[in-house]
Amino acid sequence: MPITLNINGALQSVNLPPDIPLLWALRDGLGMTGTKFGCGVAACGACTVLIDGEAVRSCQVALGDAKGQITTIEGLGQPDNLSPIQAAWIKHQVAQCGYCQSGQIMQAAALLATNPTPTDEDIDQVMQGNLCRCGTYPRIRAAIHEAADMMKAG
Amino acid sequence: MANWRKITRRSFMVLGAAVAGGAAFGVYKVTEVPPNPLQPAAGAVPLNPWVIINADGVTVIAPRAEMGQGISTTLAALVAEELDVDWAQVRVLHGPPAQAYFNAGFAERMSNEPDFKLASAPKSHNVLLEAVPKIFSLQITGGSTGAIGGFMQMRLAGATAREALKAAAARRLGVSPDQLRTEGARVIGAQSFDYAELAEEAASLVPSDVQLRDPSTWRYIGKPMPRLDMVAKSTGTAQFGIDTWLPGMKFASVRMNPRRGGAMNSFDPKPAMAIAGIERVVDLGTGIAVVANNTWSAMQAAPLVSVDWGAADYPADSEAMFENIATAFAGEPNSRLRDDGDVEVELAKGDLIEAEYRIPFLAHAAMEPLNATAWLKPDGTLEIWCGNQAPVLTRDACAAAVGLTADKITLHTPVMGGGFGGRTDPVPAVLAARVAMEFAGTPVKLTYSREEDMAQDYYRPAAIARLTGRIEGGKATALWGRTATPSATRNALARLVGFSPPGPDRGSVEGGFDQPYGLANYRYDGHLSDLTVPLGFWRSVGNSMNAFFLESFIDEMAHAAATDPLAFRLDLMQETHAPSAAVLQKVREMSGWDRLKRPGFGRGVAFCYSFGTPVAQVLEVGQTPDGIRMTRAWIACDPGLAMDPAIIEAQMTGAMVYGLSAAVRGAITFADQQVVENNFYDYEPLRLHQVPAFEVAILQNNGQFGHIGGVGEPGTPPAAPALANALFDLTGKRVRELPLSDTFDFIA
Repeated sequence: MPITLNINGALQSVNLPPDIPLLWALRDGLGMTGTKFGCGVAACGACTVLIDGEAVRSCQVALGDAKGQITTIEGLGQPDNLSPIQAAWIKHQVAQCGYCQSGQIMQAAALLATNPTPTDEDIDQVMQGNLCRCGTYPRIRAAIHEAADMMKAG
Repeated sequence: MANWRKITRRSFMVLGAAVAGGAAFGVYKVTEVPPNPLQPAAGAVPLNPWVIINADGVTVIAPRAEMGQGISTTLAALVAEELDVDWAQVRVLHGPPAQAYFNAGFAERMSNEPDFKLASAPKSHNVLLEAVPKIFSLQITGGSTGAIGGFMQMRLAGATAREALKAAAARRLGVSPDQLRTEGARVIGAQSFDYAELAEEAASLVPSDVQLRDPSTWRYIGKPMPRLDMVAKSTGTAQFGIDTWLPGMKFASVRMNPRRGGAMNSFDPKPAMAIAGIERVVDLGTGIAVVANNTWSAMQAAPLVSVDWGAADYPADSEAMFENIATAFAGEPNSRLRDDGDVEVELAKGDLIEAEYRIPFLAHAAMEPLNATAWLKPDGTLEIWCGNQAPVLTRDACAAAVGLTADKITLHTPVMGGGFGGRTDPVPAVLAARVAMEFAGTPVKLTYSREEDMAQDYYRPAAIARLTGRIEGGKATALWGRTATPSATRNALARLVGFSPPGPDRGSVEGGFDQPYGLANYRYDGHLSDLTVPLGFWRSVGNSMNAFFLESFIDEMAHAAATDPLAFRLDLMQETHAPSAAVLQKVREMSGWDRLKRPGFGRGVAFCYSFGTPVAQVLEVGQTPDGIRMTRAWIACDPGLAMDPAIIEAQMTGAMVYGLSAAVRGAITFADQQVVENNFYDYEPLRLHQVPAFEVAILQNNGQFGHIGGVGEPGTPPAAPALANALFDLTGKRVRELPLSDTFDFIA
């Protein structure tokens, strides 16, 4: 039986069993490939999405449990309609290979939603679950501070 | 200087890159040059192999794959510089497999001369050297050669297109081309024209020679350009190979023999078929693929297939492997690429410093797990999507595996979620192709689980090194380094092209034999182990091994000489290679090396000249109640001509993080002939809160003008020794074995 999800403000129906992780429902069921598979065990953060504003590892949320408002990288902003966080990411030229950045950005979005002026220690705390093999961490940190400033300025 | 300002297309073709533009223009007979790699869509006019101009704007076809290193942006900037287009008008695509794209820069890497000597030498056009990559069909992205290989090719492509467009406009206006100028993708004269409207006409007006811009007028080269892939990568819209999505596609995952190279004696798919959504288990000879209606089910089912695996032909565990490696010291060295003075006479004087170092196997562990998508179409052609660093090899390997000719295969190379050398082997594409042959008409995407990616990698080899040195009067008088390791180059090339190059194996001693230390007596030997663990090219290849050995040992010698380790290095380098000495001097200044050290902190310095670029790093570490923290890092590099300082800064810091990740916790170990590590919880890279703050300086003194050192890899080799040296400074404990977390407690 198809399961209905509320993704980025729209209802979407996916015809996969309820025990499949949300990650794979998004990627394989709906073709929403912005959310990435990295490890499958919540060790890398590449699959991070928001459910009701909270950052979760979508590889660990069963499709059947994915109730609530899901926000993916596609819902945060688009190339012609960037969110402030994405604009900050571009300004600081954060991405190298870019594969982890959807998860990094979603994690940062969750951070800034609850803490509009994070310190370096706050960033350390919240962002340490998101791996980046290219080592873009210094620019991620700078972009989060920049995004905080941009959001404050409105 | 005149030789690079005005180069005819013809002579350029003869000398090196064999640009196949002629095929498109009918200038050269197709049989004389490699086939034209481009098949532009209707309405697009191929001006030459690297630029397509049409109503969509200017599309640069980059011959190098984008793995995150920014090469597509740099190559596009080289074209745009000559072509006079605004940055917003440029798009970039990766070219299809074609010998026309052979990597000229890779040829230099085949030499056994130290890099630092090559940088200043006139560019030779050694026929043999340039032929080697062509023979191997290496449209390879690796060896930090992307920008080097593209520097002339891409500018010539842009300049040729520009002059052809001017010629077309000149003909329409009845004037001479030199009365026209170009700007913003328009030719401007009494009347002005969009490039797009001239393109078709221009294709038949390719000039026989063109003049390249004077560097003093460059607008893009040398400036930090906004990366062309940045918006897509910040919005989840970049299409990685793993994101290939086709209507009606199936999803697969593989499980290959974890005892690498061993057979599969038998398998029983039944337990796996119990999982919902599984369609079939495909026999791949030395493993299986599970095909399902979603990737997760395939990954759940693959471990359930009951398999009787045959054995591998290497020892059971890491301990036995190191024993094997150590036995290589007993034989004659494979190489002695450095033998200055007479180390044996000098060392016979006694009073020696001796040390043995050990480093483990390493995995690449790129964030995007290995994957490939293949689709056998009704017309019998096979379309493949696979992020890879060697398209010609990959395409040909797929063709051979499925019994098709290469012309029946279309291989797409999407952007890669990290490569680091780990996407050179064609295996994922080959396996996807083989599965697709079983599902005629249906696209199949094959994705490795993280565990499978780690178990089926081609590893950076483990190695042991023994170094002996002598100090007299506070100065180093002799150094004899001996490295023992299985050769990654031989191992990989035997697998990839069926041929192991004989002779000295540079890859096992680079970073050791080739450093600009002016010791009167300096010998470096490479001993090869016959271990058959599958090996590959790991970011900076042998430099990551030998820089740890040599730079740790130089540090030990400095302390034995009671000399400051940075000053000790500088003293050995000053006379030998000024640009190398300059990067050391630079990190000395940046880090405040000569000031009193902060109490409770330690500092280490290390240096390595690799891929045409000397890099010096200083790392500061501090003891905290929660463990040792890396606090600050300073990097100075000199790539010669710095094409894009923002990309270089990113590569230098990223490469150092990559090296530090390996140094702190990186180790691939074996038990029962299988890799023990599974996933990021037991092969854990550094995380955001564990990396130091970075400061990077880019100098531009190295080599003759036009020398372009690599930037993707040279930041990795000094990282591990800088850390080990800093830990010695902090704790007084000299650790000669990696990873360092086996000895020290770092912050969790």
